[in-house]
Order: sequence, then C-alpha cells, then structure tokens
Amino acid sequence: MTPAVVFFYIFASVLCLAAFMVITARNPVHSVMFLILAFVASSGLFLLIGAEFLAMLLVVVYVGAVAVLFLFVVMMLDVDFAELKQGFLQYLPIGALIGGLVVIELVLVVGGFIATPSGGGHVQTPTPAAASNVMALGEVLYTRYFYLFQAAGFVLLTAMVGAIVLTLHHKPGVKRQNIAAQNARTRAGAIDIVKVPSGRGLEAAE
Amino acid sequence: MNDLINNWLPLAIFVALALVIAGVLLIAPFLVAFKAPDGEKLSAYECGFNAFDDARMKFDIRFYLVSLLFIIFDLEVAFLFPWAVAFHRIGAAGFWSMIAFLAVLTIGFVYEWKKGALEWD
Repeated sequence: MTPAVVFFYIFASVLCLAAFMVITARNPVHSVMFLILAFVASSGLFLLIGAEFLAMLLVVVYVGAVAVLFLFVVMMLDVDFAELKQGFLQYLPIGALIGGLVVIELVLVVGGFIATPSGGGHVQTPTPAAASNVMALGEVLYTRYFYLFQAAGFVLLTAMVGAIVLTLHHKPGVKRQNIAAQNARTRAGAIDIVKVPSGRGLEAAE
Repeated sequence: MNDLINNWLPLAIFVALALVIAGVLLIAPFLVAFKAPDGEKLSAYECGFNAFDDARMKFDIRFYLVSLLFIIFDLEVAFLFPWAVAFHRIGAAGFWSMIAFLAVLTIGFVYEWKKGALEWD
C-alpha cells in the first residue's frame, strides 16, 4: 500500500464515522463538532485527488465560517429534546421521501459515471498538465466563466441584503458614538462662559 | 503521487503531533490528577440557590448576522486567490471581470454600512 492509499483510508473512515455521528449525536452542539471533523476529513480527501485549492477553501470557508454559523443557529434555537423527539414520526414520511430522492440522484450520478466514464468530459474544462491547481482555476474562472462568476457575485449580494432585511432590528433610543461629530467640536461651540450675577442665578444672566 | 506525499508530509506530521499533544493533555489528568469525587461538588451551584433554568441559553440573532456577513466577505476573498495567482495570464478581461464582481459586493457593503448592520446596538 502506498502512503496515499493509507491516507485515503484514514480520511475516508474518519469522514464516514463523523458523518454518522452528526446524525446520531444527542447534543446538537456535538453534531456540529462532528460536522467540522467531517469537513476536515473531506478536505484531506480533496488533497489526495489533487484539488489543493478546494481543500484549503473547505477549511477556510466551511470550518472557519459555515461551522460557526451552524453553531450560532444551534445556540439560537431553544433546544428542547422532548419536543424534538415528538415530531419524529410526524415528519418521517417527508424525510423518507427526501432521502429516497437523494438516493435516486446518487444512483443516477454513479450509474452514469460507470456506464460512460468519459461522459462528463465534454462539459468540463480539462486541467492543464503543467499548471498548478489554483492557476488552472484562475485562468478560466474570470474570463471563460464570466457570467457564472458575476452571478456568484449577485448571489452573495442577495444573501447579504436578505440577511440584513430579515435579522436587523435596531433598538430605539440607543445613543451611538459619532466620531466625526466629536472631532468637529470646537472650543467655541462646546464651552459657554457666563457671568452669573450674584444671588439671581443663571436665568438672569442669559 | 510521490510528489503529493513530499509536498504535504510536513502538514501530516504537524497534524499528527497536534493530535498526540491534545490526546496526552486529555488523558494525563485521568492518570495523575488528585480525585475525591463528591455529590455536592458535582451539583450545580448558582450563588446559593438552585439553578433557575438550563445552562444553554438562546443567543441573540445579531451573532447570526455578524457571522453571515463574515461568510460573504470570506467567499469574496476566496475568489481573489486564484485571480491573484493567474493575474498575468488573464489580462484586462480578467481584471475588469473581478472589478465588476467587487463593485457588486461593494454595493452590498455600502448598504450594510448605511443600514447600521455593523453596529452592535
């Protein structure tokens, strides 16, 4: 066995184990932790098939950001385990339906690949032999796939605006620091020297 | 294939070392630490009275907003890496393609700034 095969079996078994624990762990926070382990293991698998950029991206984006988002979502939910168990039978048919659809799709993809292993070749851009992974991606992503790249930008914009519209609510009457206004204050505008007549108070002086 | 191993061997050693250190730190207390378990010591204590509710409390939705905005800019930076590497080969078209992409996201950034989504309260 070559070292690559050894590493493949390590990553693949860790990935399967972690994915299984994601759906069986009782505590949702533990589920998210196992999800992070699954992300790291699949990033190792990406490395082994030579997709270095995707592997690093999986660590940076999924482990660094998406997992944190999932963790916040889990923390935000009011996790009541008795209530979670209650809906299980009720949602079983629709869950089984979606699971069945995913299985059918997987069978179609894998079956198509086994039937014609070169079938996907005509829609892919072949990886240039002498270029690194990131270079090969950079050469086609911004010019040949211009529309898809811009569409990705618009998807991100929509996500940003949507998140703000849905979750942003300001408390009324909160005082905020306005640094520009603070710096623009002069001595003349801030201090007022008043000559107060003795015994008659501030009101008489104005 | 040999090349792959040579490139990533330091990382594999690093990860293995991290696992060993974490494992040792996890197991060492079981072996060497002084143990005298007691029911009272393990029970929840909250300033003398029993705990009111679960330790798991609901987070504010604003954490979610911050984290989602972070993901969006994280992805934007992820698109910049291959662009920077292939910069000399893709020419003016690639340059303006990225500028258009950044302009779209800058619109979102200005919107976010003006709405006050970056302020906590």
